Amino acid sequence: MKNSFKYITYLTLSLLLIVVILLFEQGGSVLSWQFLSKNWSHVDILKGGIYPAIIGTLWLGLGVMLISFPVGFLSGLYLTEYMNHGRLKRFLILVIRNLAGIPSVVYGMFGLALFVRFFGFGSSLLSAILTLSVMTLPWVITASIEALEALPKSWREASLALGATKWQTLLNVIIPAAIPTSLTGGIVANARAMGETAPIIVVGATFYLSKLPDSLDDKFMALPYHVFILATQHSSQHAGAYAAATALVLITISFGMSAIGMSLRYYLRKKLEG
Amino acid sequence: MKNNYTLEVKNLQVWYEDQQVLKQISVKIPKGKITALIGASGSGKSTFLRSLNRILETNPVVKIDGLVKIGGQKIYEPTTDLIELRRKVGMVFQSPTPFPKSIYENVAFGLKVAGVKPNQSKKPWWQIFEQKRTANEIENSEDFMDKVVVNSLKEAALWKEVKDRLHTSALKLSGGQQQRLCIARAIAVQPEILLLDEPCSALDPISTKKIEELLLKLSDKYTIVIVTHNLHQAKRISDHIGFFHLGEMIEFGESQYIFEKPEQKLTKEYVGGHFG
Ligand SMILES: Nc1ncnc2c1ncn2[C@@H]1O[C@H](COP(=O)(O)OP(=O)(O)O)[C@@H](O)[C@H]1O
Ligand SMILES: [Mg+2]
Repeated sequence: MKNSFKYITYLTLSLLLIVVILLFEQGGSVLSWQFLSKNWSHVDILKGGIYPAIIGTLWLGLGVMLISFPVGFLSGLYLTEYMNHGRLKRFLILVIRNLAGIPSVVYGMFGLALFVRFFGFGSSLLSAILTLSVMTLPWVITASIEALEALPKSWREASLALGATKWQTLLNVIIPAAIPTSLTGGIVANARAMGETAPIIVVGATFYLSKLPDSLDDKFMALPYHVFILATQHSSQHAGAYAAATALVLITISFGMSAIGMSLRYYLRKKLEG
Repeated sequence: MKNNYTLEVKNLQVWYEDQQVLKQISVKIPKGKITALIGASGSGKSTFLRSLNRILETNPVVKIDGLVKIGGQKIYEPTTDLIELRRKVGMVFQSPTPFPKSIYENVAFGLKVAGVKPNQSKKPWWQIFEQKRTANEIENSEDFMDKVVVNSLKEAALWKEVKDRLHTSALKLSGGQQQRLCIARAIAVQPEILLLDEPCSALDPISTKKIEELLLKLSDKYTIVIVTHNLHQAKRISDHIGFFHLGEMIEFGESQYIFEKPEQKLTKEYVGGHFG
């Protein structure tokens, strides 16, 4: 039994490796500084690069992190620390868990209705950030709840017994101790958000822009959508190679983000444990 | 005469949901002495202790009725300032509860939440990465927080052991050291009363002995109420003993009498080791 788990793990890892190798084989030849740093050239794609799509995806990742982590963590905090145990709380937690399983395109439609139309943010970077933030909230909340509930109850009592208020207890003891673990949820969620295609098509990503977004109201390019178009709809004979190379960049960025998140978590935990 | 009692309890009753676990407890606990609470497990000792600093009510299913007076003040009045009460009545728990912070920060915690500004905050922000202050600097510092931290650690007989690692995590200390740290942390807010709930039950005999010596020393300055399941410990350190049985305080008196000629048959059986 134990061995079969081991093989399954290796199998999964080698699949991942094979994907990367295949992408490299296909797209390695077009990877260059120009590819990373130049604006997209629509007619002759060999003349341009994917710079705007990289920037778009980075903005998206940053925006989602800045919104979904604080909002999700505070929601988790409210649910665990302020809400009475009872049916309503169990119901809410159940709903949140289920929201995590809804297909992303549905979030896209939600974002279209709420952010693009109702709030009038239009097809824009802002609408995309908000939509992906909403999509990732369930993970962040769930991870935060688990992190908070794992902390010893005795810390809360000890802090109150020293004359701390509930809020001081949260601020000085509970929150700092729960953030490193909650961050894991935030990182996983963010990595997924950056790789999403469907919802961002619906709310604001475009394939071709001649300039970078310079405000949250602008439309933007993003790596996953770029891959999708290149792989399925572009007529250039180099489109396949470009798609593969773009996908490699996306994977790298998403791993890089995870690595940064992990180091931050490691640093915070070390600081906590001294 | 009235002043000799710090703690007065009258007809205290406690329920968890509908289960009554304390029945009509009335007792006067003398000031500046060590009072031990003994009794079989489940007899209500912890519940009683936790009612004295009102930490009991953090459990929403608890119902409390009766009178508790501390220093003449009724603590279950709606006007009671909970924060002030808990500063006046310190508590040490069964298993050590150090926060995941440095030793210094643990001891300074009560002061910090009381609004005392730490020494560091007076430094300009760009100096936060400067060398951590040495034991010597902190010991000779004129800063209020430093002084309290050093004195509390000294009072808790821990200063020598930790002075060179004040900035390392309290979680790295041994169990016995952690428990003395919790005592230091509790006395740093300068309470009048110290409540301890089986503070040695997780400790080895040597650490236990250190804590007992410490409590004897501290009893000059603080009124101490300690729950213990260890009769020898009660005998060694307490001036008075309260014996709990099934939610009632069967007997309260000077330790010597409780051990030598208790009035109640149940007490006699318990201290004679017939049950528990
Ligand atoms: N949180 C709780 N919820 C419900 N019942 C409890 C709780 N804590 C203690 N009790 C019950 O109250 C009684 C007294 O417990 P306790 O005060 O912990 O006794 P002791 O400290 O003497 O062992 C026991 O019957 C115990 O089962
Ligand atoms: Mg107990």
